Amino acid sequence: MPFYEYRKQYTGINFNHVFSHATSADVDAVLAKQSIDTNDYLVLLSDAAAARLEDLAQKTRTLTQRHFGNAVVMYTPLYLSNHCVNECAYCSFSKRHAIERRTLSFDDVGREAEEIARTGMRHVLILTGESRKHTPPRFVGECVAILRDYFASITIEIYALSAEEYGDLIDAGVDGLTIYQETYDEKLYADLHAGGPKADYRFRIEAPERALSQNIRSVNIGALLGLHDPRIDAFFTGLHAAYLQKTFPAAEVAVSFPRLRPLVSEFSGARTVADPLFVQLLCAFRLFCTSAGITISTRESSRFRGNILPLGVTRMSAGSSTAVGGRIGEATVGQFEIADTRSVAEVRDELVRLGYQPVMHDWNNKMYGERV
Amino acid sequence: MDSLAIAGRTVRSRLITGSGKYQDEALIPAILAAAECDIITVALRRVDFDRPADNILRHIPEGKILLPNTSGARNADEAVRIAHLSRAMGCGDWIKVEVINDQKYLLPDNAETIRATEILAREGFIVLPYMSPDLAAARSLVRAGAAAIMPLGSPIGSNQGLKTLSLLEIMIAEIDLPIIIDAGIGAPSHAAQAMEIGADAVLLNTAIATSDNPVLMAEAFKHAVRAGRLAYLAGCGPVSSGAQPSSPLTGFLHS
Repeated sequence: MPFYEYRKQYTGINFNHVFSHATSADVDAVLAKQSIDTNDYLVLLSDAAAARLEDLAQKTRTLTQRHFGNAVVMYTPLYLSNHCVNECAYCSFSKRHAIERRTLSFDDVGREAEEIARTGMRHVLILTGESRKHTPPRFVGECVAILRDYFASITIEIYALSAEEYGDLIDAGVDGLTIYQETYDEKLYADLHAGGPKADYRFRIEAPERALSQNIRSVNIGALLGLHDPRIDAFFTGLHAAYLQKTFPAAEVAVSFPRLRPLVSEFSGARTVADPLFVQLLCAFRLFCTSAGITISTRESSRFRGNILPLGVTRMSAGSSTAVGGRIGEATVGQFEIADTRSVAEVRDELVRLGYQPVMHDWNNKMYGERV
Repeated sequence: MDSLAIAGRTVRSRLITGSGKYQDEALIPAILAAAECDIITVALRRVDFDRPADNILRHIPEGKILLPNTSGARNADEAVRIAHLSRAMGCGDWIKVEVINDQKYLLPDNAETIRATEILAREGFIVLPYMSPDLAAARSLVRAGAAAIMPLGSPIGSNQGLKTLSLLEIMIAEIDLPIIIDAGIGAPSHAAQAMEIGADAVLLNTAIATSDNPVLMAEAFKHAVRAGRLAYLAGCGPVSSGAQPSSPLTGFLHS
């Protein structure tokens, strides 16, 4: 059953009731368990669990260390283009905003790659807005061909593609897909995505399944926290991750918990996700999906990122720019504001100081087998 | 001297360590020295061949046997491709075949492991396949040309010890190749137990790498493996449910 259908058995839950009625004893019972199911996950997202953050954090740390050790995989984003036909209410790249638009030339891609590679970074995440005119899948594939000379792992965060298009990009050398559902609430999603192909909720939610059907190695999903009740979106993010793990056991599944950041025009619908709630969401997810990765980007401050490392974080970006041409001195406006502006070397040194091993090389695109 | 031979090569130590999960890879030489290890396994996916100055191999002292592994392979073809890359990059002919297509439990796929072993052994690799302890699969691996068999004690990194004990005992009794118990060994007592039941060696990583004092833990494992091996050679007494008096009740008949 596709996730679009699967999730419907949970959409009728009275979340507010569940979150307010779980007790501290329920939290104890869940923390004592070896394996945590969806009902337990709800308990970990409850008000009662919010009062037990240290207990959640302790168990989270133990499980993370056992499964992932002290390794944190590093990556950096590379924006290929900000041309976009979508009208996402919360995004700087929305076509409604009169910002300078730009798509990198192949020469520029090579120059950006060189700059990034100079920092020692070997994993790159390439991003675009949604414009099949300016950045068709073939263009992305040609960029990947250039980037393969510089990077050991190339992942994409671009608009949702068909299974066949994902297959072509995998053949070109892409090993991972990042795609956020933004919010799992279908009605709110429709309100926030008034125009453009991204308005198709189902096509987007099933994108990870399409990429995995083509045997992509990893997928990274998430909700943009602050659009909807963060606990509900965190619940569905976890449900989605668990579904993907079960349906595609060979896949490496990871989630992100991006919090809304300031952007070009202030988005009025945002809810604040305070640090304690963020930590609760992180721990609850880690306890529910022990073997899934957790990615934390430079949306979060350096201090906060350092503090949450033991709470399940397995992947971190560094040396980021959210602008097109950000590393070759020809930057457009960024997609969102970066909170952690440290260089790759600074983040690496800090990880070592905190007792972690920054993993600069976790895959080699030469190892990739043929698609099965 | 009680030494272990794998593919005709004599190995002094029956403890094999891994190289992942460390806070600092620079600790590796001290770990190997404390554990007195001869063989260390390295995930090729983590080796940046394009940057020798920044790669894990620089921490491995001369004279150790490098056992590259195919971590990240989801099928036999990917394992074979990784092994080829390893050989091309000068990592030698030893290869630990690890084919995992379950990211949750990280349990190996025996069928694909057999297929990869067959191909690589034919190409002259010294293949040490990691597997779920299944006798029929182990026999297939022997036929495929494996140099040793590496059944798991429990899931990787779980520290659960020898949950597959009965199956491991069958493997040790029936398979003539060296049996190296790999994965799940979380404490020195687990390693000692593995050696007491007759395993030829153990491979472990998490228990050392994630300890608060990895060097000290490496030393603890060295002693445990030796103690277990000596106990195996000496022959442990039979286990019974009740006490066995040292003066049996019929002793008076002989006095």
